[in-house]
Amino acid sequence: MKKIVVLGAGIAGHTASLILKHKLGRNHKVVVVSPHDKYQWIPSNIWVGIGQMTAKQVSFPLEPVYRKKGIEFFQGMATTIYPEGSMVNDNPHIAFEYTSDEKKGQAGIVEYDYLVNATGPKLNFAATEGLGPKLNFAATEGLGPKGFTNSVCTYPHAEEAWQNLRKSLDKMAKGEKQTFLIGTGHPTATCQGAAFEYALNVAFEISKRKLNDKAEIIWITNENDVGDFGMGGAFIKKGGYVTSTRIFAESILAEYGIRWITKAGVVKVEEGKAYYETLDGEKHIQEFDFAMLIPAFAGAGMKAKDKNGEDITSKLFAPSGFMKVDADYTTRPFAEWSAADWPSTYESPAYPNIFAAGIAFAVPHPISQPRTSKNGLPIFPTAPRTGMPSGVIGKIVALNIIDRIKNKHTGSPHKASMARMGAACIISSGYGLRDGMAASMTVFPIVPDYKRYPDWGRDLNYTIGEPGLAGHWVKLLLHYLFIYKAKAKPLWFLIPE
Amino acid sequence: MQEKHITPGPKEINFPPAPTAATRFWRKFFPWQVVRFFVLNLKIMRIIIGGHS
Repeated sequence: MKKIVVLGAGIAGHTASLILKHKLGRNHKVVVVSPHDKYQWIPSNIWVGIGQMTAKQVSFPLEPVYRKKGIEFFQGMATTIYPEGSMVNDNPHIAFEYTSDEKKGQAGIVEYDYLVNATGPKLNFAATEGLGPKLNFAATEGLGPKGFTNSVCTYPHAEEAWQNLRKSLDKMAKGEKQTFLIGTGHPTATCQGAAFEYALNVAFEISKRKLNDKAEIIWITNENDVGDFGMGGAFIKKGGYVTSTRIFAESILAEYGIRWITKAGVVKVEEGKAYYETLDGEKHIQEFDFAMLIPAFAGAGMKAKDKNGEDITSKLFAPSGFMKVDADYTTRPFAEWSAADWPSTYESPAYPNIFAAGIAFAVPHPISQPRTSKNGLPIFPTAPRTGMPSGVIGKIVALNIIDRIKNKHTGSPHKASMARMGAACIISSGYGLRDGMAASMTVFPIVPDYKRYPDWGRDLNYTIGEPGLAGHWVKLLLHYLFIYKAKAKPLWFLIPE
Repeated sequence: MQEKHITPGPKEINFPPAPTAATRFWRKFFPWQVVRFFVLNLKIMRIIIGGHS
């Protein structure tokens, strides 16, 4: 009997654990260690943040699902990996700390034959002074003691964002003007798509209440141009031309009455004030009444130790805390980056029975061109790895482990490079079956490949941008479909990642 | 820094494309959107299937 331990129960980890158990059956053991007791469908947090969905609609308890499928579940946060065993246990194992109410703070260990690190990111609010929700969320999220902004990164954050947004809407209804600042809260933050989506939804809710004249909505971003979305932008066919997503995104912002500030790195937030620097080196202050700013992401902060207890964290992890995998991490100038740098099996080069899936793996370099301000402050988006890629990576990692266990394969035949994989980003911009709207964006591949697609870096047949009601339906369909799948209901495995 | 103010009045030459009335109509025209719904789903399916081996 082999034992596979999956760290994390987000899109990548949950996908991997369900597939592993489904294909390996009772002969092998699958264990999940996750600090949270609930699964959340993160893309729908946007709707929680505008009051169109409740937290209950986007989340559900994990334990009953795992019990039903025969997966062992520990609610805890992994702290240390012992890939060679330790002085107290010869077998590879991980150490974790329970986070459940009953056992909070107690220590535990789990042995493994294969380890899947799918811990996702630490929301590094602390990297920007004053950034983050006011509520005292779990210390695992890296929140500072006091935050002056909102977040939609988790459903509790999104719930709080909606409470604060509602206060602003009430003030506007009474005739008071309000300034909304939405975007990235760190000079190298990623996840621009989610923040962009939230900005459009806030604009939609304001417009629905006919309060446009009382609102100033500002999109603030570390992108060099609007529409970069952390993937260097894209080119799409539109109106008989090939045009950039900059034009596409600017057009949408203008249509929703949102002005934009680009090339901006937010470095500090105070009550009602965001301090930011731009690439030209200038320093500015933007006042706001309501702000939703995405934090920087960091690795989960796990350590690794060898058999003698020596720290080998740098052998497994990059300085950012994300796990090193089969990528080419050689430092090269932007002009020499290539699609081949990106990993395809997500296997640790140090220990072939350890994998990293979803956001937990260290990218070889950003996708967008790195830029630095005149004062030396790096201001650019880091690479996004959310949603669809996370699910696909979780799946191929599971399939490779299954192949090794059942078919005695030694390598990793299943591959999914972000330079060979596409992604769909459905940016909802209004809720309602008849009145809803979404800008549907798909890119193929995620990382542009100018060797395969010399003109535009991507396949223009599958790289599209299209606003319309249909996109909203697609987003709703994905919401219900993926929550059904995550609950492992009948025939869940037929639904693709 | 690029900063644009979307305000009423004369538009700058670099004002982004704005949807015409026809574009807005097609975005919400139910039968057409049903077609686009299936097209979008097919494209997404193609992307998923072609993205890994």
